[in-house]
Amino acid sequence: MYLHLAHFGVFLALLAAAVSLPVRSISTGARMAFTLLGLSGLATATSGCMGMLTGCSLNLVLPIGLPWLNSHQHLDPLAGFFLLIVGGVTAIISLFGPSYVIGSVSNLAAARTLAFFTGLFVAGMYLVILAADAFSFMVAWELMSVASYFLVAHDHHKKENVDAAFIYLLMAQVGGLFILLGYGVLAGFGSGFTFTDMQAATLPVHWQHIAFALAFIGFGMKAGIVPLHVWLPQAHPVAPSHISALMSGVMLKVAVYGFIRFCYGLLGTFHWQWGVIILLVGCASALLGILYALMQQDLKRLLAYSSVENIGIIYMGLGLSVLFASNGNPVLAALGLVAALYHCINHALFKSLLFLGAGALINQSGQHDLNRMGGLMRLMPITAMCFLVGCISISALPPFNGFVSEWLTFQTALQGTVLDSGVTKSIIAVAAASLALTGALAAACFVKVFGIAFLGQARHQDTLQAHEVSFGMRASQILLASGCLLLGIFPSAAINSMQTIPTDLLGIGLSQVESGGWLWLTPISARASSYGAPLVLFGISIAWAGAYLLLHPRRRKTPVRYSPRWDCGFGSLSTRNQYTATSFSQPIRRIFRPIWPIDERVDPPSTAEDGGRYSVHVGDWAWEKLYLPLGRMIQRSAKMVTKIQGGNIRTYLAYSFFTLIVMLWIVI
Amino acid sequence: MNFTVLTLAEQIILTLAALMLFTSFLLLAQTRLLTLIHIFALQGALLFATTLVIAFTYGRHHLLISAALTLGLKVFFIPIQMQKLVTRLDIKREVEVVGNPSLIMFGAAALVLFSYYAVLPIRELSMLATRNTIAVSLAIVLLGMLLIISRRKAVVQVVGFMCMENGLMFAAVAATQGMPMVVEMGVALDVLVAAILFGIFFFQIRTEFGTLDVDKLNLLKEVD
Amino acid sequence: MNVSGWILALGQTALLILLAPLLSGWIKWVKCKFQNRRGPIPWQPYRDLAKLFRKEVVMAQQASPLFRATPYLVFSVTVLASSIVPAFAVGLPTAVIADVIVMVGFFALARFFLCLAGMDLGTAFGGMGASREVTISSLTEPAMLLSIFTLAMTFTSTNLDAMVLHTLTQPFQIYPSFIFAGMSLLLVGVAECGRIPIDNPATHLELTMIHEAMILEYSGRHLALLEWASMLKMLIFGVLICNLFLPWGTALHLEPTAIAVGLLTLGIKLMGIGFVLAASESVLAKMRLFRTPELLSLAFIIALLGMLGHVILEVH
Repeated sequence: MYLHLAHFGVFLALLAAAVSLPVRSISTGARMAFTLLGLSGLATATSGCMGMLTGCSLNLVLPIGLPWLNSHQHLDPLAGFFLLIVGGVTAIISLFGPSYVIGSVSNLAAARTLAFFTGLFVAGMYLVILAADAFSFMVAWELMSVASYFLVAHDHHKKENVDAAFIYLLMAQVGGLFILLGYGVLAGFGSGFTFTDMQAATLPVHWQHIAFALAFIGFGMKAGIVPLHVWLPQAHPVAPSHISALMSGVMLKVAVYGFIRFCYGLLGTFHWQWGVIILLVGCASALLGILYALMQQDLKRLLAYSSVENIGIIYMGLGLSVLFASNGNPVLAALGLVAALYHCINHALFKSLLFLGAGALINQSGQHDLNRMGGLMRLMPITAMCFLVGCISISALPPFNGFVSEWLTFQTALQGTVLDSGVTKSIIAVAAASLALTGALAAACFVKVFGIAFLGQARHQDTLQAHEVSFGMRASQILLASGCLLLGIFPSAAINSMQTIPTDLLGIGLSQVESGGWLWLTPISARASSYGAPLVLFGISIAWAGAYLLLHPRRRKTPVRYSPRWDCGFGSLSTRNQYTATSFSQPIRRIFRPIWPIDERVDPPSTAEDGGRYSVHVGDWAWEKLYLPLGRMIQRSAKMVTKIQGGNIRTYLAYSFFTLIVMLWIVI
Repeated sequence: MNFTVLTLAEQIILTLAALMLFTSFLLLAQTRLLTLIHIFALQGALLFATTLVIAFTYGRHHLLISAALTLGLKVFFIPIQMQKLVTRLDIKREVEVVGNPSLIMFGAAALVLFSYYAVLPIRELSMLATRNTIAVSLAIVLLGMLLIISRRKAVVQVVGFMCMENGLMFAAVAATQGMPMVVEMGVALDVLVAAILFGIFFFQIRTEFGTLDVDKLNLLKEVD
Repeated sequence: MNVSGWILALGQTALLILLAPLLSGWIKWVKCKFQNRRGPIPWQPYRDLAKLFRKEVVMAQQASPLFRATPYLVFSVTVLASSIVPAFAVGLPTAVIADVIVMVGFFALARFFLCLAGMDLGTAFGGMGASREVTISSLTEPAMLLSIFTLAMTFTSTNLDAMVLHTLTQPFQIYPSFIFAGMSLLLVGVAECGRIPIDNPATHLELTMIHEAMILEYSGRHLALLEWASMLKMLIFGVLICNLFLPWGTALHLEPTAIAVGLLTLGIKLMGIGFVLAASESVLAKMRLFRTPELLSLAFIIALLGMLGHVILEVH
């Protein structure tokens, strides 16, 4: 039943793609497409939610696909959870979409392609999650990848957009190849390509390792773990903002889904080495992601790097879970898995929120660069409030949702003492340390973003033209922001309803979550740790009200007097006196100097009036040390191969001649 | 975790071990020569305390001699001599420039971890409650080496050498409750001789090169 | 629902709020004595606060609502943090609201808004203070969490209440890792509270300010709230360090004599830690901003060492 509802959602998404083609006006097309997309989101979110809550697994074989392999579909708690994320975020973004597209796309053909591929992209994501055999999975996966390629390349008149889209496509294809090989290994030992057959397969240990490595690289490429993350900061800034929100908030989660499905669902066994690898890669992604994010000036590129960080945190949770599972502590494994999944949904919410906010900002101010924004809080108060909520959530501050998942990850890590091996124990200690560092740096990063973009004074004329965005755009941001707050305040209820996932995958749930009452989240036991999120909010409100009421008589007696800012007595301050995004992160740049390849230049003043110029460009080591040399190597070897192509007809005939002789020799 | 079953003496030994490790870290973090020498004396004092505790709790009275030697040489004689030397050479405030200090510290933390794994097989053999101190002593030795290779000034390298020796002594005392007396006497003499030799060398290097920077010794190579 | 427990918890929060200026005054007084100055009486901060509360608020025309809300938010978050610290008794009902990680989160939340308020007006000082504050906090916060994790792994709990109770009820023993955790926490406390050698609370020289630079534009009752919050934060750190490492004297049962003993020992411990802080501030000089990372990474390393020490030495 719910599975049919999900398929109805897929149908609606495809319909949204189809309906946009014949429409003659941009606004009608956008409205129709996004309405259908929103409905499809609602339908799949409902079915996903029910699939997760009921906890049973639905299966269906569709009469399409290859003759000997019909398309298998399923809906179990894990798929339901991710379907909820994809569907929910899609539904909310559909509110944002119409006015954004009308405001930013002027060309009818471009609007058509955008709407068409958005529908295909969303349908692809639904189908990836619903797929229950390798073949449908791969078809849906490629549909998702290719559709999103066209979305990234949407504004294809600029060269850098095309380049970014090409890198994205290339990496998506290579990743897809790895995933295919991973499924191939499983299918080779199993009796077929359906997930149930693969599950039943028994693999020798080294083939398990190979399958894991293939899946880790394949899905990691899509998820954006370090050093496979380079496409993210390229592709996100060039895609339209609602697409960035979908790609960063949702598509990365689909990759995480694939990885969890492969590891927990299909492989079914756990080795501690896998846990260590996932954990360490997660740490590296989290730390490097946020450090690189801190150095960016382009708002959307910054958010893209921050996605790398959050994927890192998710992987840390998964790594801990695998470690505990391999050590025979299923309860703690369930805790780690729940922490990772909770961060998945949280990141989907706040990263979509931030990308939508960034879209609204860029749409209004016409600037991508943080250094040209400023003072937007007065002009766009609602967007600013929602963006602030997103910033607080992503910085993992109580009482919002990002804090809960990070707290859960910490709690999981602190249980590391139960492990047998000292090696893993101390690795977990180091991982906890890097998670702490990540959290603090994330707060620094988003203080910068909000402080530079929304506070202070406008740094550029265009910014002054900004005004609050349309109702739909505001509504979607408000919905996402309240989602962040709700998941932050009622974590125990949310986690209780996620119990079915670890129960399904690991055979055990978290029985202690509400052991101290619904107000308290107690993941392990009431003694070990407790977090009463509603009480925190209540306590802050009480203290606030107390301070406010105590000062009330005083406030009436002496009202606030307004005056100019303190200017040290030198006369009025200009907007250039403010800190910029670059100067704000300068101390951190100096402390963690070797982390980035930095091209820093100071040109001395040429004349007395000219103040000289300072420029700083922060690159990416992964790009410069890994991908460029790789690219050069490929090019060199390609050049060597071109020697075969001599151009002389006799040489070509000689090739045929020798080939013939060799063939004859082999055959005879 | 069965930390609770340890006796008070064993707890004290473990604590002293941790403190010794900590002084090694302080040595690595320190940039001023005089403070460096003081910390080195402090480490000697901790070693002395450990030896005393073990001598009394396990009734190994020959360790008392070793303790006295430690006190005399490492807490007083060598530090005082070095302090005099540094004052005479007038380099007491000289700030040592090394690579990235934070990076070295993280490397040091990694070394501690490494030495823990390196001694895991040895740990299995020992039944003593204080067997974990072997890892700490190996770490002290390695940190002493790190100190030597990460600093330029010859004085610090002597401190690093002594620090390594402290680590060895600590292993001998804490993990196996003392070596034969002859060995200990020999080691003590060795240290003394080394210290004096280094003292003489300092003056030689200084008069020859006008500095104590060991990188300047590169000039001694034959082939350019 | 035990009513007396809640009353005691409220009483403890009120007591900490009221005591906070006294600790600052005490530190200042001791420091002056060290430096052969007469010094203001220890309750001078109360007079300063009262004066600030009476004064008119002068606010910049460019200020946004966020700027006005920040003092209240920072104050209330700090007050909430003070209610979850076991100060003179364990088993208070407020203690389970949040564990120590959440408390670190509270401080981070307060700092987040303080930095934003600093950047709100678009002056150079505000941005400078905010930039430096986030830089320093991004190094202190992990060190603090790490040293607390060392304790948490030993006590198998992150609830402050359970930690203190564990030390009080178990037979006495020395944990080597605690020495590291304690040292790291001391360094972190000094940095978090903006004391010498990281920041100078008495400075008004713009280029060296961190905390002061962010609140430069505040005046009147807003400034009073922020000052009070920072005093309260220092008191919380003092109580935390005292009670995590030397919890003896803290009341195990909520009965009058035990609470009286708890209060008395808390007073003595706080005076002691204030004395140590004043002494260290008298002998140390403020560090250059770019030297502070070395000190803070030392704190981080010590904390990491404590954790490794716990794994190596204490777990068999």
